[in-house]
Amino acid sequence: MAALLEALNLEVRYGGIVAVRGCSFAVEEGEAVCLIGANGAGKTSTLKALARLLPSGGEIVYAGTPLGNLPAHDLIARGLALVPEGRGIFARLSVAENLVMGAYHRHDDEIGADADRLYTLLPRLAERRNQLAGTLSGGEQQMLAIARALMSRPRLLLLDEPSMGLAPVMVDRIFELLRSVRTQGVTLLLVEQNARLALEVCPRGYVMESGRITLSGLSAELRDDPRVRAAYLGG
Amino acid sequence: METLIQQIINGLVLGSVYALVALGYTMVYGILGLINFAHGEVVMVGALVALATVKALAALGLPAAVQLPIGLAVAMIACMALGAAIERIAYRPLRNAPRLAPLITAIGVSIVIQYTVVLISGRSYHAYPELLSTRSFDLYGARISPAQIAVILISTAAMAVLLWIVHRTRLGRAMRATAENPEVARLMGVNVDRVISLTFVIGSAMAAVAGVLVSINYSVAHYQMGFVLGLKAFTAAVLGGIGNLAGAMVGGLLLGLIEALGAGYIGDLTGGVFGSNYRDVFAFLVLVLVLIFRPSGLLGERVAERA
Ligand SMILES: Nc1ncnc2c1ncn2[C@@H]1O[C@H](COP(=O)(O)OP(=O)(O)OP(=O)(O)O)[C@@H](O)[C@H]1O
Ligand SMILES: [Mg+2]
Repeated sequence: MAALLEALNLEVRYGGIVAVRGCSFAVEEGEAVCLIGANGAGKTSTLKALARLLPSGGEIVYAGTPLGNLPAHDLIARGLALVPEGRGIFARLSVAENLVMGAYHRHDDEIGADADRLYTLLPRLAERRNQLAGTLSGGEQQMLAIARALMSRPRLLLLDEPSMGLAPVMVDRIFELLRSVRTQGVTLLLVEQNARLALEVCPRGYVMESGRITLSGLSAELRDDPRVRAAYLGG
Repeated sequence: METLIQQIINGLVLGSVYALVALGYTMVYGILGLINFAHGEVVMVGALVALATVKALAALGLPAAVQLPIGLAVAMIACMALGAAIERIAYRPLRNAPRLAPLITAIGVSIVIQYTVVLISGRSYHAYPELLSTRSFDLYGARISPAQIAVILISTAAMAVLLWIVHRTRLGRAMRATAENPEVARLMGVNVDRVISLTFVIGSAMAAVAGVLVSINYSVAHYQMGFVLGLKAFTAAVLGGIGNLAGAMVGGLLLGLIEALGAGYIGDLTGGVFGSNYRDVFAFLVLVLVLIFRPSGLLGERVAERA
């Protein structure tokens, strides 16, 4: 069976700067895969290219369809959702409105029920549903960003450093949420600098350095790889 | 005392028109960070299209009570199309250009629209037919005409519809999301180009209403009427805090009041040196003062770093 997402020789440039240099990787349906790498490795550029926010070279095939010329706003209806770097919540919309934005492409009558389910799962958001999202703490905003993406009923969820800038307790909560998302059968591609947790949640991973994928394999193997240990797991 | 009440009435009437037009500036600024200086011309086109429609209907022998609503509807449709065209042709290709480019383009668009109108209907002042009774009502010694009442009622209704769209509908939510972060809005499935286009369309519908109302109120329309009106409405938007809908409405009403009261009392205040023909000075004085002392406007928070 073909992979749910496959990137072949992906390349992203900003003018003369090449941020992603011919990366190839694949994510199978139902899998959770992480992409780890240091600052500036090209992780965000990769995700933005997958979400069609950036033009790219090479080929991206999602669910059997080449994404080449699709506009970014068509992807969420096809089940491809991105939780962007820095959360990207709508600060001047209420928490509830942010969630509804996640279901923007949907026209069914289960949107309210989906929101209620998320509120039960994330009571902190439920308490603050009528508050402006900009008034939430960083961790709550990250919760909201993930919940908003879940409102789209994604098939493949791309996440860009959901642990960024959060206290350890909050990071644990976020990863707990991601584990529960996994059990619902959502395919994950998780970009992280927190390699320890990423390799724990995702059974398989890729390591990215200066725009190239330098290592890949099962998380158990990567965890034991001396290069990964030295660079990402603190020796 | 009568003068005071009279000038307050005049000010509110004038102010509602400014508010309607200011909303168009502020919505576009909110979503694109761009001042659409061609917006005043849309007001003028609205006034003239309504006039042409009303004349055609009158020639058919339709009663005045039908002429006004149909004229208004046709003007709104024409202006919505014009607004969409302006965005598509003049601004979309410049979305990523330096800020000065769309500003210069706006001036070009204004000139093109004005002279197209001159080609079609000439440079003369067009008398607006009396669509409403001219018999004024007495209000504590001041006079209020049916036209003035219509201005206040229709503009209030138009603004209520606009607020409902922005705050209560799916489109409005998409507009607010796009204004805040177009890239993330796209991730949510929002067709940002379409939302921007619809923002121009809605603002232009408001401009059409304003154009018709101001012409009914002054019984005249002219191909240059959009310029000063547009500039004053822009002042109102800046006064209220550009990018902020409530600000545009507050700014519009306030500017109308300042202008009317200023015009009513300038003679007394200056011992007759300046007359009410200096009324336009007030609006631009307000613009200068706001830009110097409170560039973010009354209700705005964070314009400085964008403008
Ligand atoms: N808009 C841009 N213009 C020019 N260069 C850019 C731009 N965005 C990213 N880059 C460059 O592309 C490279 C990859 O950046 P990217 O943001 O993809 O890295 P990253 O792996 O996500 O890093 P981080 O962990 O810090 O988020 C970097 O060298 C960066 O400087
Ligand atoms: Mg990044």
